Amino acid sequence: MKKDGVKIIKTTTWSPGPGCHGGCGILVHVKDNKVIKVEGDPDHPWNQGRLCSRCLSMTQYMYHKDRLRKPLKRVGERGEGKFEEISWEEAFDLIEEKMKKIRDDYGPESVIFHQGTGRDIGGWISMLAYAFGSPNWMFGLSGISCYTPRLMMMSITQGDFAVVDASQWLEKRYDDPEYKIPETVIIWGQNLPATCPDGFFGHWYVDLMKRGTELIVIDPRCTWIASRAKIWLQLRPGTDAALALGFIHVMIKENLINMDFIEKWTNSPHLVRTDGKIPVFLKEKDIREDGSDLNFVAHDAISGDFMIWDTTAQAYDKTGVKASMDGAFNITLANGSKASVKTVWTLYKENAEQYTPKKVEDITWVPAEKIRQAARMYAKAKPGALHWGLPIDTIPSTVPTSQALNHLWCLTGNLDIPGGNAIARYAFDVVTYPYHSGGAILSLPPEVMNKRIGIHDYGCIKDFRAWAQPDKVLEQIFSGSPYPIKGMWIQTANPIACTGMEPQKWHKAIKKLDFTVCVDLFMTPTAMLCDVILPAATFLEKDSLKAWWVPLNAIKKVVDVEECKSDIEINLELCKRFMKDFPFPNTRVLFDSLLKSAGITYQELCDNTWMLPPEGHPSKPYLRYERGLLRPDKKQGFRTPSGKIELFSSWLEKWGLDPMPYHEEPPYSHISTPDLFKDYPLILATGRRMGPFFHSEHRQIPWLREQQKEPVLEIHPDTARKYGIEHGEKVCVENWLGKITVKALVTPVIHPNVVMAEHGWWFPEKEGREPSLFGVWDVNVNQLIPMGHEGKAGLGAPIKSMLCKVYKAKG
Amino acid sequence: MTEYGMLIDYEYCTGCKTCEIACKQEYERPAGKVGGVEVTEFVHTLPNDKLFITNIPHFTRACVFCAGRVKQGLTPACVKHCMARVLTFGKIEDLVKLIPEKRKAILWTKG
Ligand code: SF4
Ligand code: SF4
Ligand code: SF4
Repeated sequence: MKKDGVKIIKTTTWSPGPGCHGGCGILVHVKDNKVIKVEGDPDHPWNQGRLCSRCLSMTQYMYHKDRLRKPLKRVGERGEGKFEEISWEEAFDLIEEKMKKIRDDYGPESVIFHQGTGRDIGGWISMLAYAFGSPNWMFGLSGISCYTPRLMMMSITQGDFAVVDASQWLEKRYDDPEYKIPETVIIWGQNLPATCPDGFFGHWYVDLMKRGTELIVIDPRCTWIASRAKIWLQLRPGTDAALALGFIHVMIKENLINMDFIEKWTNSPHLVRTDGKIPVFLKEKDIREDGSDLNFVAHDAISGDFMIWDTTAQAYDKTGVKASMDGAFNITLANGSKASVKTVWTLYKENAEQYTPKKVEDITWVPAEKIRQAARMYAKAKPGALHWGLPIDTIPSTVPTSQALNHLWCLTGNLDIPGGNAIARYAFDVVTYPYHSGGAILSLPPEVMNKRIGIHDYGCIKDFRAWAQPDKVLEQIFSGSPYPIKGMWIQTANPIACTGMEPQKWHKAIKKLDFTVCVDLFMTPTAMLCDVILPAATFLEKDSLKAWWVPLNAIKKVVDVEECKSDIEINLELCKRFMKDFPFPNTRVLFDSLLKSAGITYQELCDNTWMLPPEGHPSKPYLRYERGLLRPDKKQGFRTPSGKIELFSSWLEKWGLDPMPYHEEPPYSHISTPDLFKDYPLILATGRRMGPFFHSEHRQIPWLREQQKEPVLEIHPDTARKYGIEHGEKVCVENWLGKITVKALVTPVIHPNVVMAEHGWWFPEKEGREPSLFGVWDVNVNQLIPMGHEGKAGLGAPIKSMLCKVYKAKG
Repeated sequence: MTEYGMLIDYEYCTGCKTCEIACKQEYERPAGKVGGVEVTEFVHTLPNDKLFITNIPHFTRACVFCAGRVKQGLTPACVKHCMARVLTFGKIEDLVKLIPEKRKAILWTKG
């Protein structure tokens, strides 16, 4: 207790409220049960006392006059805006009745559980979906184009995720003697000071710059951080894989790779058959009748014999050997026939050989000489690190692109070293946000999981991520095949304004369903269409926990705001109603069970507020592959099929995808669609971050909204002149799918052939009822981006590389 | 507070505008009117055609140099929260001594 009756409480952030991916430590000033001020906690190693504008606006957010404070039930037509306040008991009864009816009539899989981006929801919404019995837990962005592609690719390449090491695992941070400041960081497609993505605090890069880190920035826009970089590469949107392959080409040619690391830790010596239509691994079973399908084959440079890489023993079947890195061989198979094989490394070099700087310049618009300079600067850095952003996900070629970028830190040996790309696991292995259904709080039997939408279309949707594939979900809502979709539970998502590409279709889809619920903090264009709306609590009004990646953080309930309830409590109550013998009577029991792997209770976590994993724990760096900390069998190496970093990927081979990285032209471009390009000659990119807002949120928060009143289209002065557009004028942005009208921001920061439109806009102050829906249709750029263009793996979508034309709006 | 000043290491100011909101929260200033600090972005095309972006925080007439906080031994709200840690508050004579160490700085005084 402080003077004037003000209490100061130490806690940490996650959504809802700031919106972002959270992790900052804060001090909350409370007076008379009301939050009066929020400040940064100087003792928290993550933000060290700082706090950005969204958390500093929390008082305006929590006590906003428009906040939903009571459950609402629709009484008029859908979208008519007629709602009636009901009690929580009535709301739960109504939801239970309606959803159970769908379950009885059509089966539990007929309800979709729809979430937005990765915040404090994954654990709780999957719990609800599975308690109800539906395998269709979904993130609605086309191609699941947000981090999942990169996570998937890291997981199958190196068995674990990785992020840049900005000393976030160390309590003393940059001053810890174990830490090394990266000499060079590549920032690939992210405007870092405006964002805190993927378990990372953007301004850590400013800390590093002041301590000597040099930057290479790859971005079609000149951001602040790009203007501070040693080298800025202004590439054509969607051609990132070609650029990365150009780097790899130069690094191999000029011998700038870490050959010791590659020989020891990658699958480069394993043999691949090259006599078929597509290259496939040679397995032990191919050369020995009783051979295993899990073991690989290599060539011994000493004896000239072939040998088996035994994946169980994580060793060759012979001793005193040296695996050949290079070479093409003929081998006799078990059935007596001959096959030609090459080492992965030989194939890999042949693949990279094609991507000469000149060829890459033609694809990417980045001058060949700059590609060479950047590749050298990164490869020579000790340590060097690579930070990648959302544009790697929001393209249909996301799989080969993520793969090529992941290889950059593997080929240079920058994996899991201080100041490199450190392997990132959930602190203490506590899962608050599951990726695979394995990590979820509840589970469903395989025959039910088998009904998950998309798993029969895409191998990696089946094997990697537990979500339903959203493009296929939307298709199925209209087709009703193989089974009908009748209900949708929407929580932390606003598909009409934000996550939905072709929102026109999502609008029809939501209205077509028998029953829809939206859980949110404000009325949104999406909530306006729903049957029941539940008022959610901010992070200051709920108990929760976070482990993404470190530290393990406690989120503590500080106050109540009227009848708002936390997402967790809402879901827990409904779980009890949907599932017999639901095992968690309350959130405490649930949290204690999630914290088992940390060996503490929720109360103990709250007493500490945050905890970093100790030395020797698998969730603490460095060099864990050497120390046997990554694999369940405690052997050295990685959690991949071969136990090695897979430059030629077993999983991609299994899924029928190209096992090595390659360039794939964006689906709409001057090359792919020259006819469309004649009418729509500008590349339309979207999704760049806006400091004061998180996606579609915060447009009603006065201190944030005054920073930017309306959406803009960034257009280069030369391009604006060509189309007779003046700065600040209203312009139409149009293509064959739709049209929006926004203000032109004429600026040299954007490439002359590209325009950048902001996403997530709607106007809480405008008419909410249909047809206006808060003015969303005037400005939502997603109307120009299609659904159903997911990449070959079911991941990625053309969100950053559409085509459009721009002209002065009339009147 | 005339002997006090604000040293701005503007080279690293990212334009995140945290300082603006930190001030507005501290003094419960309404939206729509300027608070104690306002940050302006300059996008310059240099003579060699290189683009360069500079952000400059401007301390306005509404800035009170957080007299109340300073009296309690706290740093000003904007200084505390600055995401890039580019603001240093102190006695002018002390700040002047810091300038040669700083790469690029503005010393803001109130007179
Ligand atoms: S990054 Fe900003 S919005 Fe996100 S938790 Fe930290 S202070 Fe809050
Ligand atoms: S010193 Fe205090 S009053 Fe002045 S701008 Fe900063 S926070 Fe506002
Ligand atoms: S908070 Fe710091 S970095 Fe951000 S705009 Fe203000 S002075 Fe610049």
